Amino acid sequence: MIKQTPLTIRTSPHLKKGLTVPQIMRNVVYALLPVCAWAVWQFGISALAMIIVTTLSCMATEQLFTAISGKKSTLSDYSVVITGILLALTLPPGFPLWMAAVAGFVAVALGKMLFGGLGQNPFNPALVGRAFVQSITTWTPGFLPERFASFIPSSLALPFMSPADSSDWIAGQVDAYSSATPLSLFKFEQVTTSTQDLLLGMVSGSAGETSALLVLLCGGFLIARGIMSWKIPCAVILGALLTATPFWLMNADVYPTPLFVIFSGGLMLAAMFMATDMVGTPLTPAGIWIYGLFIGFLTVIIRLFGGLPEGAMYAVLVANALAPLIDSVTQPRAFGTRLKQQSGEEA
Amino acid sequence: MSFFNQPFTQKGFLRLPWQSKSFANGIHPEDHKELTERKPIRRMPFSNKIIVPLSQSIGAPAKPIVSKGQDVVRGEPIAEAGGFVSAPVHAPVTGTVAAVDELVSMPNGSKTPAILIDTWPSSDQTVRYLQPRDTSVMSADDLVKAVQDAGVVGLGGAAFPTHVKMKAPKGKTIKTLVANGCECEPYLTCDHRTMLEYTDNLLRGLQLAMVTSGAKKAIIGIEDNKMDAVEKIRQSIVARQLTNITCEAVPTCYPQGAEKMLLKSLLGLEVPAGGIPADIGCAVFNVGTLAQIGELVPQGRGLIERIVTVSGPGVSKPGNYIISLGTPLPFVLEQTGAIDNPGMIILGGPMMGMSIATRDIATTKGITGILVFTPEQLPNSHEPEMPCIGCRACVEACPMLLNPSMLGKLADVNRHQEMMDKFHLMNCFECGCCSNSCPANIPLTQKIRVAKQSIRQKARSAG
Repeated sequence: MIKQTPLTIRTSPHLKKGLTVPQIMRNVVYALLPVCAWAVWQFGISALAMIIVTTLSCMATEQLFTAISGKKSTLSDYSVVITGILLALTLPPGFPLWMAAVAGFVAVALGKMLFGGLGQNPFNPALVGRAFVQSITTWTPGFLPERFASFIPSSLALPFMSPADSSDWIAGQVDAYSSATPLSLFKFEQVTTSTQDLLLGMVSGSAGETSALLVLLCGGFLIARGIMSWKIPCAVILGALLTATPFWLMNADVYPTPLFVIFSGGLMLAAMFMATDMVGTPLTPAGIWIYGLFIGFLTVIIRLFGGLPEGAMYAVLVANALAPLIDSVTQPRAFGTRLKQQSGEEA
Repeated sequence: MSFFNQPFTQKGFLRLPWQSKSFANGIHPEDHKELTERKPIRRMPFSNKIIVPLSQSIGAPAKPIVSKGQDVVRGEPIAEAGGFVSAPVHAPVTGTVAAVDELVSMPNGSKTPAILIDTWPSSDQTVRYLQPRDTSVMSADDLVKAVQDAGVVGLGGAAFPTHVKMKAPKGKTIKTLVANGCECEPYLTCDHRTMLEYTDNLLRGLQLAMVTSGAKKAIIGIEDNKMDAVEKIRQSIVARQLTNITCEAVPTCYPQGAEKMLLKSLLGLEVPAGGIPADIGCAVFNVGTLAQIGELVPQGRGLIERIVTVSGPGVSKPGNYIISLGTPLPFVLEQTGAIDNPGMIILGGPMMGMSIATRDIATTKGITGILVFTPEQLPNSHEPEMPCIGCRACVEACPMLLNPSMLGKLADVNRHQEMMDKFHLMNCFECGCCSNSCPANIPLTQKIRVAKQSIRQKARSAG
């Protein structure tokens, strides 16, 4: 009798697809890198510093929490890197870096680790962090001549220090100074920005929100790689279009064009990278359409009738909160449980 | 293209509803069929020891009717059916009965009674135990009896005694017969080769099943990655002028070969939850089973061998072999050039088959494939289990339209009753699509399996 090595026994299925959670997360990071690069090109080293600070702050927070609870480090699943980058992309460059670091801490601590870490957080952590610091945003214009040479002074403001007035610095670099975003321009001054500028990102705004086209392409990369479903981005954009069009048709002077709505502000970033954060989305096939359409709808309603120029962030957070409810009312009809069962006559 | 071959870009991503009919969801595992699909069926030599397990089908084990020391000829019955849902067993070789005892393991590791036959080295192993008959004059009942006497069971892997399905159950009529030639499991090609090389037997068997069941028409459903088989069968149908039999290609997608999925694809009908195909007037037979019926019933002999795909990275001579039932697994491995220290051996396909703990088994009627993997090339990844991130890959893979993610989470906290009441737990037929597609490597199928077991156990102890 030949000595035999023991055989491995496992339960079926014995075949696994190659895709793993860290691979998914890593691909999302890759997809976000061009958006980061554009932000740095547009806003300069303040934007770069912001991205680095929030990412490191988020990673450090996660590491701290796993160390305290005596678990294995979870940095290697890359999910916290996404949170850090997304947070930076939703904040305006020129935002004080210490506050960005606090936002990163809040995002991961409050938005993720307190719920139990990856897979347990009901809300998108980056948006939790952003919502925490929402009230203190100052918008930054892009393409300042000195943007690679020096920080926007407010970036380096320290806690309890009366912040250096960045508007003087900015005004010193641009002639016709305006730091308002296209959305606030529209909301408060009825000025529309050309769709082409919005697509290409030649406007002011948060670091990662400006180029709708680039965000669209990066999201498309994820969809093509099969990392992300096309359904949620489609539903969000469709929801926004469907909500904005009737208002625009009723009164084109007061309400923006549907194209302006979907390409301005953070809607595209929210549709591609925030709403699609897998953890907070419903699971059912019908549920994700309801979820996406609702985000698009709520974003437009907040923008048109709310006190804020931007609504995508709150729309995603509210939809995240509703996800379990949506799930419970949209359970799919299981195979073979059709209400009116066909008889054998048809066979 | 592996770059684009990821979960969400699979079936259904760009295929519009009217482009091809199929069931919802499913997955596309890499099929590895190129190893064996062009290899004609060859006969494997007879092992000098044949160990025939008595329990080779669902239902009662067969009862031995031979004793130690007795000589048997190839094809002779050596055990009779233990009940209606049971099938007799025939001698796969001419030889001498050396023992009737608990000799070999079942694939799950438990010992099972078997008949050991020492093969006569000098015998030419011709089947002389034949009772040729004219099937055209036989009644439906006689045909069903003939199928049972031949010991035919479902050769697609489930090994359900075929004669039970060949007559419509009481109160039901069978209108359509479906021959299942999908063979959606990766690696397996034995049905593909059967359809190409035994087309006449297949059509004859199908016609016999139509007689016994009273079905007016029959459809042969084949996945569209086997168009050569579709063409071959269509030509044969035309040549034989069989107007009530059609052959249709269905989209290549796992688990297309599950009978409920195939019926949905071919007829657009759903078998009611908890029901059987007869509930919608259908009966489904594996093509290999039909080919055996078409050959055995007119000849009047028993099922003594079957076609098995032996494949995987651990064998140097992969192929489709006619293997005598009861051939010990080590002999099969030796004949196909398997490596000495395989890491894993799977009986059946890699999606629903089982990995075995011991080589101390013999081939049975239900073994469709023997897959050998080297320790380095184990098909399952060693990634650790991670938390569910709600990516919906499992929901978009489940052909029964269940919510495996939710089922898995409820299983973790033992809420089995809720799984059954609210989430249709018992509809799961354990195809493995959810586990396969899960990027967090959560063994969803296994969790669901355990939950089903506990529900059944509870029902048993209550009733």
